[in-house]
Amino acid sequence: MADVPASEPLRRFLQVARGAGLLVSAAEGIDAARAVDLVGFDDRTALKDTLGLVLAKTLDEKTRYDEVFELYFKRGEFDGKADDPAVEPAGAPGPTVSDGMGGQSLGSLLAGGDRAALATAMEQAAQEAGIENIRFFTQKNLYARRIMERMGLRALERDIEAMRQSGAPENLGRAKFLSGKIESLRDAVRDFVERSLLLFARGETEKFREDLLKTTRLSNIERRDLDRMRVLVRQMAKKLAARYAKTRRRRLRGQLDARRTLRRNMGWGGIPFITVWKQRRIEKPRVMVLCDVSGSVAAMSQFLLMFMYALNEALADIRSFAFAGSLMEISEILEKHPIEPAIAQIMSTIGFGSSNYGNAFADFEDGWMQHVTNKTTVIILGDARGNRSDPRTDVVGRISLRAKRIIWLNPEYRSAWGTGDSDMYRYAPFCGLVTVCNTLRHLERAIEDMLEDAL
Amino acid sequence: MDDAARAGASPLASIDAVERGLGGAGYIANRQISTAVYLSHHLQKPILVEGPAGVGKTELAKSVAAWLKLPLIRMQCYEGLDESKALYEWKYGKQLLYTQILKDKINSVIGEADTLAAALDKLHAFGDVFFSHQFLEPRPLLRSLQEPGGAVLLIDEIDKSDQEFEAFLLEILSDYQVTIPEIGTVAAMVPPIVLLTSNSTRDLGDALKRRCLHLHIGFPDEKLEAKIIASRVPGIDARLLRQLVSFVQQLRGLDLKKVPSVSETIDWAKVMLLLHTSVLDVDLVRETLNVLLKFEADIEAAGKQLAGITQKARQVV
Repeated sequence: MADVPASEPLRRFLQVARGAGLLVSAAEGIDAARAVDLVGFDDRTALKDTLGLVLAKTLDEKTRYDEVFELYFKRGEFDGKADDPAVEPAGAPGPTVSDGMGGQSLGSLLAGGDRAALATAMEQAAQEAGIENIRFFTQKNLYARRIMERMGLRALERDIEAMRQSGAPENLGRAKFLSGKIESLRDAVRDFVERSLLLFARGETEKFREDLLKTTRLSNIERRDLDRMRVLVRQMAKKLAARYAKTRRRRLRGQLDARRTLRRNMGWGGIPFITVWKQRRIEKPRVMVLCDVSGSVAAMSQFLLMFMYALNEALADIRSFAFAGSLMEISEILEKHPIEPAIAQIMSTIGFGSSNYGNAFADFEDGWMQHVTNKTTVIILGDARGNRSDPRTDVVGRISLRAKRIIWLNPEYRSAWGTGDSDMYRYAPFCGLVTVCNTLRHLERAIEDMLEDAL
Repeated sequence: MDDAARAGASPLASIDAVERGLGGAGYIANRQISTAVYLSHHLQKPILVEGPAGVGKTELAKSVAAWLKLPLIRMQCYEGLDESKALYEWKYGKQLLYTQILKDKINSVIGEADTLAAALDKLHAFGDVFFSHQFLEPRPLLRSLQEPGGAVLLIDEIDKSDQEFEAFLLEILSDYQVTIPEIGTVAAMVPPIVLLTSNSTRDLGDALKRRCLHLHIGFPDEKLEAKIIASRVPGIDARLLRQLVSFVQQLRGLDLKKVPSVSETIDWAKVMLLLHTSVLDVDLVRETLNVLLKFEADIEAAGKQLAGITQKARQVV
C-alpha cells in the first residue's frame, strides 16, 4: 500500500461511496483527504472511523458506508487458495513486487505466493481494464478476462506450453504447479470482479431507477415499482412538510415597531427602555383538495392520495375530498387508517365510476362552502372531463370568489384540453393556476408552489 | 496562544491520548468518539453529535472542556432562538442612558458651531459611539470566539432551533468568525472546539452537515456500559453492576415507547447504591422501575416480563 499515492485509493473509494448513495461533496472529499493524511492507512479501524465521521452524515448513510467500506477495503487482501508452500518447487524465483505485468513476472508472482503483491498487480490490471465502468452482471466475464490478460496471462500460458513441450520432468512439474495457480487466480479475479460490480454498479442503477420514476407519467408506472414509488412519495412529502410545517412569528430585526414601542413604554413617560420589533406572522397553509378518482384518472389520483396522506401527517389544516359521480370528504379516512387500507377504502367507496364534475362541485358547495375562507387554497385534481354533464362553472366561480385561489392540476397534456368532453378551458378562468401534472416531479413542484404561496 | 498550543498539542497528540484523557475526565469513550474529538481538533471542524437522548452527547462536551481545562460555553437551542440571543445584542439601556448624557453635553461637543451643517459635521467627527464594542452584549457564540485561551462551545439540541438559525450558524462553523454589520467581522483568537448535539427531531440541512464531522452515539454495549456506570457510580458492587447493566440491556430489546438510556442506568445504579442492595430482586425492580421507564404504558408493558428479565440478569456473575 505504501508505494501507492495516498490520494488514489481514497479517490476511488469516494467514487464508490458516491455510487452507493452517499452524498459526498467535493469539500467533504478534501476533508477526507486531510483526515486520512492525519490518520494514515495503516490502522484500519481508525481509518474506518475517520472516514465514517467525515463522509456519512445520517444513520442510514452510516450503515451504507460500513457496507461499502468493508467491501472496498476487503479487496486489498488477496485470497489465494491452495497456497501450500510445501508444493512449491525449489528454485522458484522470489516475488517481485514492482510493476510486473510480463508473463515471467506473473509466473513468479504466482510461484512466490506473495498475496499482497498479487493483489496489487490485480488492482493495477483492474484499473487498466477500467473496472470502474462495470455496470451489468453480464459484463463479469468480460472484465475478468481483461484483467487476466492485463496481468500477463497469455505470455504465461505460452511459457507453460513451452515447458510442457520441453519434456524435462522438472519443467513438467513446474507447468502443472503454475496451471493450478492460474486456476485459483481465475477464481480470485472472478470474485474480485463480482465485488467490484457490487461496488460500482449498485448505486448507479438505484439512482437511475429513482430518477426515472420521478419523471415517468404516473399512469405508466408499473405495479412492481409501486413500493419504490411509495418511498419516494413519502420522502418528497416529508421534505415539503418539514419546510413549511412551522407557523411562526418571525421577528424582523432592525425594524422598530414605533407604535407598540411607545405603548409598551408608557410607564416610563415614553422613554423607550424596551424596544418592540416588527413581526411577521407566517400562517400555516389551509388547503382543500378535491381529487377526481373516476376511472380515467384513477392511476394518477392514487398517487395524489398518497401524497396527501403523507402531507396530512405534517400539515394540520388539510381537508381532502374525493369525487367521481358525487363528492365525499376523505380527511377522516386518511387520518385514521394506515395508507394502504385508506386508499383502498376510498377507491372502493367512490372510485372508478364515471365522473360528473358539475355534481361534485354542487355537492361541495352544499356541504363545505362555508369552510372556504379567504385563506384557503383549493386544489382540484382531475382531467375536467365531465362526460358532457353540466360543468356548473357558476359554482366554481363562487368558490373562487371565496377562496384565496384555486389550483387545477390536470394529468392530461395541454394539447388535449378542450377536446371532446373536456371542460378545462371553461374552468380555467376561475383558477389562479392551471397546470399539467402527470409525474411525481410535476406534483412536487405544484405542491411546493402552493405551499410557498401560503407563506 | 502559546498556552493554548501547548494545551492543544500534547493531550490531543493521538487518538489513544484522547481516549485516555476523556477517561481521566470521567468519560468512557469508545474508539469512534475519541477519533472524532481528535479529528475535530486537528482539522478544526465542529462535531455534530446525534443519537438518542441520554447517551452522553452533552456530557461529551462537558468532559472535553473539563479535560482540556477550557471554559465550556453552552448554548441551548429552542424554537425562536435568534441571533440577538445567540450572538450579540446591543445594550439598549446603556445606549439610552448615553443619549441622556449626550443631551446635557451636546453644547460642549458642538461648541460654537453656528450653522446646522457645521454642528452635524462636528457630531460626525465625534464618532459612532453607540455602535461600538462598549455597547455590545456578547452572547454565547461571540463569547466563545473572544475567549483568549480557546473554549469548548456546545450548541445543544440544534434540531430544536429554526432553519434560519441553522443557516446563520454556518459562518461561525466554517470560518470561526462572525460578522456584526455595525462593527465588522470578529474572528476567533483561538478557534474553539465546537460540538453540536441533535436528537434528530428534524432533519438538519445538508450545508450544516457538510461542515461538521458527524458522530453518531448509540447505546453502548454491555461491557462499555458497565465501564461507564463504574466510573460514574464509584461505590457500586461489581456483581450488582453487571446484573443491572444486563437488565437494562435486555429492557432495550423490548418494544417500548422510550427505551432507557445510559443516563437512566446511572440514575438507577445510584438508587440501588442508596438502598444498599447487593442483588437484583423482582420486587425491588418493580418498585424502582419508574427510574428507568418514563411512560406508564412502558412500565406496564415491561411489568409482565419483569420476572423473566430479572432472573436472566441474576444469572450474570
